[in-house]
Amino acid sequence: MLRGLRDGVVTTRWPGRPDGYSDAWRGPAVLTAPLPAGAAGDLAGICPTGAIRPGPDGVVRLDRGRCILCGRCAERRPAEFGWSRGSAAAVVSREALVVPVTAETERSVGQVRAALRARTAALRRSVHVRHVDAGSDGSEEQEIAALLNPVYDVHRLGIFFTASPRHADVLLVTGAGAHGMAEPLRRTWEGMPDPKVVIAVGTDACGGGLLADSYATSGGIGSVIDVDVWLPGSPPPPFAILHALLLAIGRLPGGSGYGSGERAGGMAQ
Amino acid sequence: MRSAGPAAAGGRALAGAAGLAAELAARIGAGARFAGLMAARREDRLLLSAHLAVPGGMETVEVALPSGAASYPALTPAVGAAFWYERQIHDLFGVVPAGHPRLEPLILPAHGEAAPRPWPGPGAAGPEPGGIWPDEHSLPRRVMGAGLFTIPHGPVRSGVTESVEYLIETPGEDIPHLNMRVFYKHRGVEKRFEGMTAGDGVLLAERAEGVASVAHALAFCHAIERIAGVTVPRPAALVRVLHAELERIAAHLDAGARLAEAAGLAVATARLAAHKERVLRLAGQMCGSRFGRGVVVPGGVAALPRLGPAEVRAQAGALEQAVSADARALMGTASFLDRLRDTGPLRPERAREHGALGPVGRASGFADDARLARPYDGYLALRAGEPAVEASGDALARLRVRWHEVGQSFRLVGQAAGELARLPAGPVRVTCPAGDGRAVGWAEAPAGEVLYDVRMTGGVIERCWPRSPSFHNLVLLHEVFAGDILTDFPFIEASFGLSAAGVAL
Ligand code: SF4
Repeated sequence: MLRGLRDGVVTTRWPGRPDGYSDAWRGPAVLTAPLPAGAAGDLAGICPTGAIRPGPDGVVRLDRGRCILCGRCAERRPAEFGWSRGSAAAVVSREALVVPVTAETERSVGQVRAALRARTAALRRSVHVRHVDAGSDGSEEQEIAALLNPVYDVHRLGIFFTASPRHADVLLVTGAGAHGMAEPLRRTWEGMPDPKVVIAVGTDACGGGLLADSYATSGGIGSVIDVDVWLPGSPPPPFAILHALLLAIGRLPGGSGYGSGERAGGMAQ
Repeated sequence: MRSAGPAAAGGRALAGAAGLAAELAARIGAGARFAGLMAARREDRLLLSAHLAVPGGMETVEVALPSGAASYPALTPAVGAAFWYERQIHDLFGVVPAGHPRLEPLILPAHGEAAPRPWPGPGAAGPEPGGIWPDEHSLPRRVMGAGLFTIPHGPVRSGVTESVEYLIETPGEDIPHLNMRVFYKHRGVEKRFEGMTAGDGVLLAERAEGVASVAHALAFCHAIERIAGVTVPRPAALVRVLHAELERIAAHLDAGARLAEAAGLAVATARLAAHKERVLRLAGQMCGSRFGRGVVVPGGVAALPRLGPAEVRAQAGALEQAVSADARALMGTASFLDRLRDTGPLRPERAREHGALGPVGRASGFADDARLARPYDGYLALRAGEPAVEASGDALARLRVRWHEVGQSFRLVGQAAGELARLPAGPVRVTCPAGDGRAVGWAEAPAGEVLYDVRMTGGVIERCWPRSPSFHNLVLLHEVFAGDILTDFPFIEASFGLSAAGVAL
């Protein structure tokens, strides 16, 4: 079977050139209008994962890190909720997934991204990636593995997958943080040389998703190891994972610190 | 369609668990297939329910253990296929199947009667605020000794894989023993269903096993719809078929790509993976999710596909041509076929005894396919054709079955889209009243039958037992090693096509 790729060039040229499929992803929910004060009562019970709830300051916020993309909020309250579009869903701090972001997060997130850029300066040209499943439903693995198919072909960007943590620069972690995987995950992370970057891939890894309130998970991986980049999605598609990888190694243009230079998940974009 | 209610063992009262074993053995001897064993607590009693697949439906045989009983005579000696099910129940309920041949922890290692369990018995502890953590001391020690080696493989393995550990114990010259540790990624899915509405439950079912999101949603909703006594509108039945078959094509392409990769065939791997990407994109264009999530809801589907039926048909047709050309080329590659032939053979008698599901069963002559034997939704009227059956039971037969099924799936997509185009506009869902009751639902996932046993009380889920084909089939890995366990392993694993998420739940 040596007929090669008869279908012509199938490989995307993103991020060098735009790719319509990358822009089309219907991602985690966003706020399209400010939530009215005192909306907590009306909004309670809409979201199956409890992503929409009041914070300590009484303001109702949307935690995109708990959003499993069920669409219920956009369907029931179309004036205030909508879908995000495009693959730039990853951010560099957990707080930045909770919208509207607080002034404090707004201030700190640029610094966090700058620090990450500085830390990963050595990784710009070629990076080695290791994946650990910490209790996923199995779909995130499919989407990560897709990065190796000829459509995404991440080798063209100098991104390689490695079996050994000792050769890995980036750790992709999927799953809700199953208790049984806490120790193996920690060991893998400890086995990686510095500088190392951790990406939480998917809503389950960010906040536990529907399994946040389970006796068998930690509600995401953030309490198990330090996470640098957070990518919601259920599951996030390959382009969103690629975006998160490039964000992690400082290879995305723009620099507001949220994602690719825009306030991902803020008010209407 | 038959789905006898619980405790409907022909109207006979069973004499406890011992009576259950005899009853099951007799029914299985008469041709029923053992489809699973689940437990539930009612006050201080444990209820055990065995599910049997019979022509046209499922039957449930239930017994209640005596009040306060923390043990019962194991079913496994009489019904071998209950082997893992009884270990699972032991882990989750702390109830001991006395006389079980190997009662080691399986999905939630714990030790002793006082250990916290998700459904603890009288006097035992439930989950603490910090949850339940696996107690690794309860696991058997790794076999070591003169001439004995244990080769651990996992839970973090090379490549992008789900977490599971295979311990290959090689006692010198003999056939090595494989020990599987699947507990690592146990997420507590089964317990999490409790207290949810049916509308939330389907979202969790979709995430029980991501590669079979649609099939899990279908099996769950079938149970809910049976409790409510509703039939989904015709367009919904057809849309369900479209997504279920695209899911099957994607999974089978993935299994093919993994086998090609194990054989070092880079071009074939790349081509099959690219086709799979196109299938996921087609599903995504239709509903917004590459995994068909959000489509299936209790009572029907959320909406018609955003892509018109003619466009779905055209895209699927083009894909079918590309896929079948590449499948033919791969199946004409002699070195590849040599690698699969006689690898990981499952004997037909064992497939039948165990009730092996999906392509694993069908490749060993066991033809059960829920779409044909216990049809539902659009399959009641569409022509799926004969089940794909092979006799040799090796990795090659399993791949042949999958290619056959890919062709079938494309035909079903064409038929369903064709009929959808001719249907007059109408509703795509009916309201599904949240009445009390219990029912079993099933659907044929890419890896075989998914089963859900759901009990609704007061508008919410009281108990939900999801059973994936991965759980039922994975135990068979124990016995399919005939040759070199180390070099054959990647082929055997890929040819089973299972997901660890569905095993550990
Ligand atoms: S789309 Fe996300 S935020 Fe909205 S209800 Fe669903 S899970 Fe909650």
